[in-house]
Amino acid sequence: MYSFDIQRPTTVADAVAALATDEALPLGGGQTLIPTLKQRLSAPSVLVSLSGIAEMKGVCTGDDGALCIGGGTTHATVAREAASSYPALASLAGHIGDPAVRNRGTIGGSVANNDPSACYPAAVLASGATVVTNTRSIAADDYFQGMFATALNEGEIITEVRFPVPEKAAYMKFEQPASRFALVGVFVAKYAEGVRVAVTGASEDGVFRWTEAEAALSSNFSADAVPAAPSGDGMISDLHGSGAYRAHLVAVMTKRAVAAAG
Amino acid sequence: MTKVTMTVNGKTVSGEVKGNTLLTEFLREDLRLTGTHVGCDTSQCGACVVHVNGEAVKSCTMFAAEADGAEVTTIEGMANADGSLNVIQQAFQDYHGLQCGFCTPGMVMSAAALLKENPKPTEAEVRDHLEGNICRCTGYHNIVRAIMAASGQDVPAVAAE
Amino acid sequence: MPKDHGIGASPKRREDVRFLTGAGNYTDDINVHGQAYVHFLRSDMAHGKINSIDTSAAEGMPGVVRIFTGKDFEGVGGLPCGWQVTDKNGDPMKEPPHPVLAQGKVRHVGDPIAAVVADSLEQARTAAEAIVLDIEELPAVVDMAKALQPGATKVHDDLADNLCYDWQFGTDTETTDAAFMNAAHVTTLELVNNRLVANPMEPRVAVGDYSRARDEHTLYTTSQNPHVIRLLMGAFVLGIPEHKLRVVAPDVGGGFGTKIFHYAEEAFCTFAAKACNRPVKWTSTRSEAFMSDAHGRDHVTKIELALDKDNNFLAVRTDTLANMGAYLSTFSSSVPTWLHGTLMAGNYKTPAVQVNVKAVFTNTVPVDAYRGAGRPEATFQLERVIDKAARELGVDPIALRRQNFITQFPYATPVAVEYDTGDYEATMAKMEELMDIKGFAARRAESEKNGKLRGLGVNCFIEACGIAPSNLVGQLGARAGLYDAATVRVNATGSISVLVGAHSHGQGHETVFPQVVAEMLGIDESMVDIVHGDTSKIPFGMGTYGSRSLAVCGSAMVRATEKIINKAKKIAGHLLEASDADIELKDGKFTVAGTDKSVAWGDVTLAAYVPHNYPLEDIEPGLEETAFYDPANFTYPAGAYACEVEVDPDTGKVTIEKFVSADDFGNVVNPMIVEGQVHGGIAQGIGQALLENCAYDENGQLLSASYMDYAMPRADDIPHMANYVVDHSCQTPCTHNPLGVKGCGEAGAIGSPPTVVNAVIDALHSGGHTHVSHIDMPVSPSRVWAAINGQ
Repeated sequence: MYSFDIQRPTTVADAVAALATDEALPLGGGQTLIPTLKQRLSAPSVLVSLSGIAEMKGVCTGDDGALCIGGGTTHATVAREAASSYPALASLAGHIGDPAVRNRGTIGGSVANNDPSACYPAAVLASGATVVTNTRSIAADDYFQGMFATALNEGEIITEVRFPVPEKAAYMKFEQPASRFALVGVFVAKYAEGVRVAVTGASEDGVFRWTEAEAALSSNFSADAVPAAPSGDGMISDLHGSGAYRAHLVAVMTKRAVAAAG
Repeated sequence: MTKVTMTVNGKTVSGEVKGNTLLTEFLREDLRLTGTHVGCDTSQCGACVVHVNGEAVKSCTMFAAEADGAEVTTIEGMANADGSLNVIQQAFQDYHGLQCGFCTPGMVMSAAALLKENPKPTEAEVRDHLEGNICRCTGYHNIVRAIMAASGQDVPAVAAE
Repeated sequence: MPKDHGIGASPKRREDVRFLTGAGNYTDDINVHGQAYVHFLRSDMAHGKINSIDTSAAEGMPGVVRIFTGKDFEGVGGLPCGWQVTDKNGDPMKEPPHPVLAQGKVRHVGDPIAAVVADSLEQARTAAEAIVLDIEELPAVVDMAKALQPGATKVHDDLADNLCYDWQFGTDTETTDAAFMNAAHVTTLELVNNRLVANPMEPRVAVGDYSRARDEHTLYTTSQNPHVIRLLMGAFVLGIPEHKLRVVAPDVGGGFGTKIFHYAEEAFCTFAAKACNRPVKWTSTRSEAFMSDAHGRDHVTKIELALDKDNNFLAVRTDTLANMGAYLSTFSSSVPTWLHGTLMAGNYKTPAVQVNVKAVFTNTVPVDAYRGAGRPEATFQLERVIDKAARELGVDPIALRRQNFITQFPYATPVAVEYDTGDYEATMAKMEELMDIKGFAARRAESEKNGKLRGLGVNCFIEACGIAPSNLVGQLGARAGLYDAATVRVNATGSISVLVGAHSHGQGHETVFPQVVAEMLGIDESMVDIVHGDTSKIPFGMGTYGSRSLAVCGSAMVRATEKIINKAKKIAGHLLEASDADIELKDGKFTVAGTDKSVAWGDVTLAAYVPHNYPLEDIEPGLEETAFYDPANFTYPAGAYACEVEVDPDTGKVTIEKFVSADDFGNVVNPMIVEGQVHGGIAQGIGQALLENCAYDENGQLLSASYMDYAMPRADDIPHMANYVVDHSCQTPCTHNPLGVKGCGEAGAIGSPPTVVNAVIDALHSGGHTHVSHIDMPVSPSRVWAAINGQ
């Protein structure tokens, strides 16, 4: 790693101030950032650790019934504390990485990084969640802007993610055998106003909504209603599977998610 | 350099660390607690697992500065007060749950975290919990048996099911 | 009642306590006062011509001690290859230089170009970024068939082409061709034995130290064989005589073959410690390991099996391309030849067996021995082609194997080895019993109810272990003897240090070897300790690999212990005033036969060191004996393996539902440890079959360069304990070593890959996907899906 300082603010305001430094980077749980730093792929001057900010931690239910998760909340905490209110989300959180990673990795870190194979972006997008930052609220549909790209500005911190709780939902992940990230992960969420289906792992453009499946499932929420696999064009093709294979898995995992959602 | 103070295996320790000093480096190089190992650089192998404030973490993927004020337990702090092997360590020996020993500290620390949370795990739960701990020697079979035994379950009976 | 001590017992491992409490002493735990750190600047291109390396800016950077390039090693030898294979035209193999740091060209991603020694590792890394490289990228050769085409880019400009050797072995062409001409059926299979990375969990480490006062070098290194490193590095690379070079391999965190070899980083740290007059330490990162540890396997093979009208095997013929990578690693040349070709008869009495191997240089990391080394490649192709033949002929794959088993021993194969003993029927029958083959149909029906395809795979294997008779391997091109050595040092009070040449890095020698010595002497195991891993302490040793430790080094230990007993009996005879011929040793007591006159073990050992009442005119004081043991033959562990898989036809995912191994390891000293070895080997075999794939793109870039892309088997990839049995109850003792042991370290990795693939093909056929006759390993979900869908 290159040399840098670490700051550990205890309030969002202090963190935002610290991030105003040139070449400062926020540090969430560090489970992706630290390996990147080890490879010297990033050279911050200051890392601003968000793990000491109490106001960014925790799971609660908002006045509108939405599940509110602080940006600094670990996957393990979400897996535990969202289990009764939003079981599909809790289950997703409980299967990210491994237990030790889940004890450090945070929802804010994951959503800010927007790895094309990460799990959380599928839940955020399928739930039509709102990403709340120190300056504004961003609708999920506006937030994700392609692989590793988001609507966040430099120095902007995710303080909270608000999930409208669906009637039914499930996440199905087919793991890449080495990293165990999602080779394809599909989050299906059924709301009164319709079904949303978000896919991670598959597309070269990062997480996306499979609108054909949403339309079909909104009129008939059953595995049989899931349309034929989407085209493999634009799907990731690598050592672990071709675009066509990923496209096929999108349909398979969607069916399984619908079946699991019940 | 930042001054950090933490409790490691019950003892208060302090040291000066750089911003980029990993917890694992602080433990191994500054405190000479070399039982915590480094087997990869992508946070996957789990040889470096320690407990921070009672939770299993990968000490190669956490900065020492972030552990300031924390309670840290490493493999060196796991034995009974009289120095004898604790229940999990003893089960690893009884069931031949280690060969070269390199992944073993992380395995024991992960197993301890599991049993704290889930005192009678099923075999599937044990295997699932070890997702972040890679062993190249044992083929996991005897590690799983050791953890089941450490939880007080009758391993031959489980195997006969 | 199982024994509770001695040979055949399973005492708890004594090494475990230190590993379980964090008190192990691995090489990276060693820091030498004043040490500097080295960072290697490695090539990021697969092939390139070095025009210049400008280190001037880097040299002035903070903390830099010295920067080395290939120029600093021009007067130094290259890394040697330990085995010379002879081409079928009679010429020696091509043996291009393998410099410590690249000279003239870089030949694979990871080839070290420069080494920066600095006060801290971060300073070394930072300075390395300031080195200015002018390297002209050249086209890379990655695919072996393309590398052999006329006009292909040459990895080594001084060679005529990329062919290291073209080797032919076994039955002559005329006889082999005639057998195929007369065959009623010929089955042909083309397959890839996938490139693997051994991945011991401890990455490699080297610490070089130099004493100006005594002109002595010390190297601490992660090695399976410190004496071999001392020999190769001292004699061939750096020109340091043995008495000035100490090599220490302390606790080593797994090896699996990849820590046999002498590596550039070891030579560098030893050299640089003197050049910098400071200890120099290198610790590999895992990412660095992927591009600098020798890889394994990587064969492309066409195998043909000829059968007569009654399904008797008539002939086997193989054509293999074996990847050597960019340079010849220490034992690379022997793996596809003598460790592979000699096993192509398998467990079968096939009269004609011909093996053809072309070894090829490519712009990839060197390839060498990995657990099984050549024997998994032989077993995989043979057992896959037999399975394919059974399917084509519509016969039971177990019956087809049985019908062709070798049943008479000793048996001389057409590929030069003589199996001393075995009972393949016994292991097959044991496997069938434990697997409950009869219950398979019901289990398949249950899987099908859940939408899964279930398949059963079986196979046999044989391996040549206990490596190896020196006179034989010498004729075959080995540049070293393959005996081993042990010293039994009995101390005055009767405690014993056994100094052994075999290195223990997970195998449990510290527990097992004392079981043997204690049983021979009738004393408590706690009185015996093993010393290994330090050339300054132990007499000599060729190390641990090829399932050889107990069969070869253990035999040396037995011979040395026999010498101890002989001398001790003389001392006891003197003390008891009886002829030593009448002295019996039992339960740690020397007794005059037929009398109650006896002396205890401790009385005799004390007399040896305090020789007041002692036959000084006949024998020397002291009680210490050394033996070198050179095996008369290889040993031949063999077995029958079976597994059941479920295939999810929607995703292609394969899960192993049931696994049984029935091995014949001859006599077993510690059943617990033997089973642990088999578990580990099977997990690596399952890894090869389903998960692991070291892949390059066409430009020679390593695609699987970390655990993010190289899939290691994890706990949930292995069958649950209720459906997993490793058995070693079939025992035909080795006929030519004193313990009757054959070795168990590699069996699991050899026997399991074809089992898994045979089961997958069986599953797919049961689902009507009869067009799938083979899927190359790793049988990943995407490959299964592609095969099902004809893609």
